[in-house]
Amino acid sequence: MSHPAKASEFLQDPAKSKWHDETLWFVRDKRDKSTKSVPEWEKLRDLASQIKDNVLANLGSYLEEFERNAKANNIHVHWAKDAAGHNEIVLGILREKQCKAIVKSKSILTEECHLNPYLEKNGVEVVDTDLGERIVQFLNQAPSHIVLPAIHLKKRDISEIFHEKLHTEKGNEDPDYLTQAARIHLREKFLNAKVAITGVNFGVAETGEFVVCTNEGNADMGVHLADVHIASMGIEKIIPKREHLGVFLRVLARSATGQSVTNYTSHFRSPSPGKEIHIILVDNGRTEQLGRPKFKDSLKCIRCGACMNTCPIYRRSGGFSYESTVPGPIGSILSPGIDLQKHSSLPFASTLCGSCTDVCPVKINIHEQLYEWRQEITKAQPDKAKSFAMKFANGIFAVPFAYNISGSMMRGALKILPDSITYSGLNTWGKQRDLPEIPNESFKDWYKKNRK
Amino acid sequence: MSSKDLILSKIKAVPLEPKDIPIIPDFETDGDLTANFTASIQANKGEVISTDALKSLLDSGVFEKVYSRVDEYSSFSNAEFPEDAHQLNDLNLAILRGQFGVAENGAIWLEDPDMGLRALPFITEHLVIVLDSDQLVGNMHQAYQRIGKKTSGFGLFLAGPSKTADIEQSLVIGAHGAKSLRVVLL
Repeated sequence: MSHPAKASEFLQDPAKSKWHDETLWFVRDKRDKSTKSVPEWEKLRDLASQIKDNVLANLGSYLEEFERNAKANNIHVHWAKDAAGHNEIVLGILREKQCKAIVKSKSILTEECHLNPYLEKNGVEVVDTDLGERIVQFLNQAPSHIVLPAIHLKKRDISEIFHEKLHTEKGNEDPDYLTQAARIHLREKFLNAKVAITGVNFGVAETGEFVVCTNEGNADMGVHLADVHIASMGIEKIIPKREHLGVFLRVLARSATGQSVTNYTSHFRSPSPGKEIHIILVDNGRTEQLGRPKFKDSLKCIRCGACMNTCPIYRRSGGFSYESTVPGPIGSILSPGIDLQKHSSLPFASTLCGSCTDVCPVKINIHEQLYEWRQEITKAQPDKAKSFAMKFANGIFAVPFAYNISGSMMRGALKILPDSITYSGLNTWGKQRDLPEIPNESFKDWYKKNRK
Repeated sequence: MSSKDLILSKIKAVPLEPKDIPIIPDFETDGDLTANFTASIQANKGEVISTDALKSLLDSGVFEKVYSRVDEYSSFSNAEFPEDAHQLNDLNLAILRGQFGVAENGAIWLEDPDMGLRALPFITEHLVIVLDSDQLVGNMHQAYQRIGKKTSGFGLFLAGPSKTADIEQSLVIGAHGAKSLRVVLL
């Protein structure tokens, strides 16, 4: 289904979609306030961007350096060329440990690899432990936002599913009460899991350590109680040196939610005595993206979600309308590289206002890449619906007489046409929008009269 | 070809121009470190309390099972430190010593020896961290300079209690980990 079709499903509930829009804007506003308290903010964005440029220019050597150092620290390092390879490695470790149930903290990469359905098919129970992710898992949904997984849901929805799954009081929608119920439910899962999976925010080549950031503490509850920690890391998450963490940790949480730092920032260097850490370095299309000069910078992303919170389209269409693991502006430049046919409508889900680029902590030129993808897609699929209107307009703009006469005809016609035609399904722009009042004369005529 | 060789050869095949690593300048921090640190902890929903306040809290007996890794408060410890972290599940209060704190965000640095068991600051119901007030740095750059090349199997910046806003963006303290963080600056 195309982005506009899925977006109109989201807009079926106007009150909820308005709340979604306003709430994400509130998060964007918190980000603004937080960044303004840091005088060197713009310098930090430059540094973060330049460090990531250096990473992409030396990706292979940093990955090898990371592997060398991690192995020296007794971490098992695995490489996976794609999602299937990643999932097989995870299952292999679980089988070796005879483990039938795991806890997993937030990892966008494991979503991208569709790890949960794969493990469940192979008889492994997967429990997502981030509260938002547990909620959407109960509902058999995917996260709709990379930082705020359940932002598309209201507390009534959550109260209902918790009543069904956790036997909370019917109708009790108090967030404290519901969170406490989840705490009790998940505490038992933490205590019984032998293997815990996490994502990775940063891998440090120089030291072979990796860093995981959470506010809930769920990643740490999982891994420190389990015997085995499996960390899934996209190869672009590598950074050269430990001191670079100082730059990225200053921009990550501030960009994401306006916090100065997440409450837990855990640095894993070697396993506790008697325990194991495995890290899986995953490609899954990243090397292809690296080979696309116009789009390789999308690999600099640190997954803060700021571009989603600020995007006028994302806020009003919801994460599911993108039908890709990473939604929003950054997802719209990553996803077409993975499947151009499936995601061809995404680069058009943008006003090209550039707000995403303005807030990006690593200065990815997101809106320019969206524009570049449009060129690629129009070349690859010239007969898209929009092109008919464009060709028609081309004809009108090319002939001055046609332009003048069509203007006065439209001004007349719009006044007398019934709304059923102006706002018909054929006119996508008529949805959720009212036309401005139609002037009696064209700007050209007005100018002639008033500026003699 | 192994996945590793395949990935590295695909990267090698991409022509990329060299890009230098930028030098991180010394960013000045202004204001009083203690005041900034205290404000940051409060913003993260933690609390900075005095030694007297901690003493009376401990004397009040609200915490049933207490474990202290800080000598000054070891008399309040009434729990044997277990070998297996699962046995910490009913711990009501842990008292730890932090190595240093970061004024700009309230993050406190802890390493393996400070925790004993890595699960401790997470699994305990409530957490107190004792910190010398002359062990504060301004920002995260200074923090990593301070850590330098030191190696610990596990290092943690802890900046507040466990929290979530996943239900309608309503802030709730005490998601999975400690339900409160009190910091005592000596």
